[in-house]
Amino acid sequence: MSTIAQTQKRGFAGTVWEYLTTVDHKKIAILYLIAGGFFFLIGGIEAMMIRIQLAVPNNDFVSAGLFNEIITMHGTTMIFLAAMPLLFAFMNAVMPLQIGARDVAFPFINALGFWLFFFGGLFLNLSWFLGGAPDAGWTSYASLSLASEGHGIDFYVLGLQISGFGTLMGGINFLVTIINMRAPGMTYMRMPLFTWTTFVASALILFAFPPLTVGLFMMMFDRMFGSGFFDVAMGGNTIIWEHFFWIFGHPEVYILILPAFGIFSEIFPTFARKRLFGYSSMVFATVLIGFLGFMVWAHHMFTTGMGPIANAIFAVATMAIAVPTGIKIFNWILTIWGGSIQFTVPMIYAISFIPSFVMGGVTGVMQAAAPADYQFHDSYFIVAHFHYVIVGGIVLALLAGCHFYWPLMFGTMLSEKLGKVTFALFFTGFHLTFFIQHFLGLMGMPRRVWTFLPGQGLETGNLISSIGAAFMAAGVIIFLFNVVMTQVKNVQVGKDPWKDGRTLEWAIPSPTPFYNFKQLPLVRGLDAYWIEKLEGKTEMTPAEPVGDIHMPNNSFVPFVISLGLFIAAFGAMYQVDDKAWAIPVLIIGMGVTFGAMLFRSIKDDHGYHIHKEDLLDDADKGGTR
Amino acid sequence: MKQKLTKWRLLTVFGLLTLVLSGCGEPFLSTLIPAGEAGQIAYDLMILSTVIMVGVVIVVSIMFAVAVIKFRRKKGDESIPKQVEGSHVLEIVWTVIPILLLIILAIPTVIATFDLADTKAMDKKNEDGTTDALVVNVRASLYWWEFEYPNEGIITSQDLVVPTDQKVYFSVKASDVKHSFWIPAAGGKIDTNVDNINKIWLEFDNEKAAEAGNIFYGKCAELCGPSHALMDFKVKAIPQDEFDQWVTAMQSVEESTPTDPEAAAGQEIFNQKCLSCHAVTAADERPEQARLAPNLTNFGDRELVAGILEHNEEEVKNWLADPEKYKPGNKMTGTYGELSDQELDQLAAYLMGLKVEQ
Repeated sequence: MSTIAQTQKRGFAGTVWEYLTTVDHKKIAILYLIAGGFFFLIGGIEAMMIRIQLAVPNNDFVSAGLFNEIITMHGTTMIFLAAMPLLFAFMNAVMPLQIGARDVAFPFINALGFWLFFFGGLFLNLSWFLGGAPDAGWTSYASLSLASEGHGIDFYVLGLQISGFGTLMGGINFLVTIINMRAPGMTYMRMPLFTWTTFVASALILFAFPPLTVGLFMMMFDRMFGSGFFDVAMGGNTIIWEHFFWIFGHPEVYILILPAFGIFSEIFPTFARKRLFGYSSMVFATVLIGFLGFMVWAHHMFTTGMGPIANAIFAVATMAIAVPTGIKIFNWILTIWGGSIQFTVPMIYAISFIPSFVMGGVTGVMQAAAPADYQFHDSYFIVAHFHYVIVGGIVLALLAGCHFYWPLMFGTMLSEKLGKVTFALFFTGFHLTFFIQHFLGLMGMPRRVWTFLPGQGLETGNLISSIGAAFMAAGVIIFLFNVVMTQVKNVQVGKDPWKDGRTLEWAIPSPTPFYNFKQLPLVRGLDAYWIEKLEGKTEMTPAEPVGDIHMPNNSFVPFVISLGLFIAAFGAMYQVDDKAWAIPVLIIGMGVTFGAMLFRSIKDDHGYHIHKEDLLDDADKGGTR
Repeated sequence: MKQKLTKWRLLTVFGLLTLVLSGCGEPFLSTLIPAGEAGQIAYDLMILSTVIMVGVVIVVSIMFAVAVIKFRRKKGDESIPKQVEGSHVLEIVWTVIPILLLIILAIPTVIATFDLADTKAMDKKNEDGTTDALVVNVRASLYWWEFEYPNEGIITSQDLVVPTDQKVYFSVKASDVKHSFWIPAAGGKIDTNVDNINKIWLEFDNEKAAEAGNIFYGKCAELCGPSHALMDFKVKAIPQDEFDQWVTAMQSVEESTPTDPEAAAGQEIFNQKCLSCHAVTAADERPEQARLAPNLTNFGDRELVAGILEHNEEEVKNWLADPEKYKPGNKMTGTYGELSDQELDQLAAYLMGLKVEQ
């Protein structure tokens, strides 16, 4: 029996155990996809409740306090628990294959990152059942979050802290992978754009998450251990929290949008059959956006009272970001210009993304004009703006990415017909929901309002917006149906299913072998696989002879480490109420975590080798999972 | 000739946009119908940026639509299009043009930022510590607003009264959690921080005020708790002479027993249960920490009860019977015990009688 054969044929329990212990980037990608998708649905349900409540004036579908919990959890869930992990799913699934690597640099850390994110997200959402969710908005501004009663904010602080560790680890892991594990010939300037955007986004994670971690620590000590960083009565300062949050929060926006840009930068060339126009300026623009992203955080605080000098500087700096973003938009248009466009579902999403995102981008520039922003800020105009960039940019990218990379991740193809129905519903609903909100804001409707009084001219706009939301929900339901149907039918589509794949990930057999590349490929230029295909070859030229492949062993330790922190968080939170069991639980939880880490450090785990003979056997049968 | 044509087109776009936008919203609330100089500055910048950006969207959309329509793959077309690497000229073009557009936007932005932040008039103190400029100290508390006129020595709440056709200077802060002071029709918002005092100025045009019925809506624009959505206030913008009369009337209010026996009984109850937080004279000498609730000196003149309910005795009674029902999370609930129906009647009669206007 070869090692390869052993990995096949498991019962249900075996499969579960495999996923609980896996360190394979492709399986971790699926875990991220499932968990992120699950949280996306929860966030979506919260969104629907918001729109139902605001459909008519003076509505009492939810109470005032509950509404604040819903908007807080909607924002927090969508950003931290849906958008980030779903992008991480694609980064995990695609990036190592794109650079010709057998896995990420630290497979164990990769699994640890996922489980930390998962337990953090789980902890945050358990707040619904344990006395109420956080209710100070996803920004959790200090004076309100310190005044908030109950444990809602504690759930926010601890949950985000745990899942934030996971994200930080993931980011570092991707950085190291891209720097060290590129296949022979894969120079930086031959890397596909999705890899580039993953690289820049990971660098942003590296620098943006520590301020959040610090801010959350301070908040945690203020709320749970009696410190006064943000308590004015004790000499603290609440504005510091705003700075911490936005020094993290603004780059976070780019952490999300850059990989989305990356996905579209892969889709456009594929379905226009034309190489990306201005590749080097696209790379330059990506890096520049990442860099400028750290220079503009205070534009979220124009009305905080920073004074005209700071406001003017941040206004002009913010406007500057429009330039590299514009470069990208024009390069995409010029990519399809002169191409041969095939309207597959991913391409339809990509095409619809351009006008949608441009509309979100230009309102961003409008808000950069500080005096105008004094009017826009914290009104529904802002709500419209950031949903235009997040839904019109990131969510469209996620849907496009699901369709585009589904064959790579699962070996099957989502239905194009149902995909188009989803697109039509979702796209119509999206514009219907959010376009009118620009005007609601301009007409004087503040954001985060639980209800609005009649007679202020806000009724029609809100009703239209709510109807649009229903369309979006219908689109998502059909998408889910599509996923289930596709997986039930399970029609395997084989290698390079879109026929026009350009990059390395399409050059490997489908389903992808668990070791990815039998022999590391030789990369001879940008769009490595496309170059080979133009020369009539169907496979990459290998850069090495067939040899033994070193693989990591599965491990249950990442799960245990994360579980320990999850347990400890309950202890930290309830010791505020002087519960006798709380401190012991905190200690036990930390003990589990540190114990698992110690176990990992002491135990030698050298992994295993797949032998050359098995690989040669395997080659005849096609790939295995 | 051609240039002239484009200019005309631009003007048309401007005109149309103004027309379309001014159709939006109510004059007492909408940012698109600015009621004074500060609002106008923001509005002009909004229009300028909108015009530039609509232009950008149109250009991009046309290029994009042409590309998508023209380069569709024909059925059975298996040809490989020419692989173009890029174009330096184009890259420079679409880098430089946006930069120019942004400069056009950036210059008025910076000018307006400094204009709107110019509150020097507040610091020019006369010998007795007053200022020539009209100053209002705004204090935001969980779901109500206090307006103190330091020069005039009066305090009111919920209904801000200002004279038209002059700059009014505000110095704002919060007493519990962060709020944000926003009168959309009059101009941009400013956060009321717990840490420091922020300053802005606004101006209310006499004619614009008349069009809006002399009443503007004010809002809290920063999430502050369950009743954030209900933390409204009203702005009564009246001509200078009427404002002076109002100030005099407010200054001369003294505590007196109402003639109506029902109201007098109400005052009795009020003094027992409410006076420790609320005040009924405009010259409230207590420090602000002790002013725990809205000043009610001119309660009978106000537009709405608690900023949200219709202004009549019935709603006053509803509010007093169960404030929690109307403003969840407010600080008044449960501070004064149950009130009987009779007590409610008496209190409402007393409160509605608190007037300074004839």
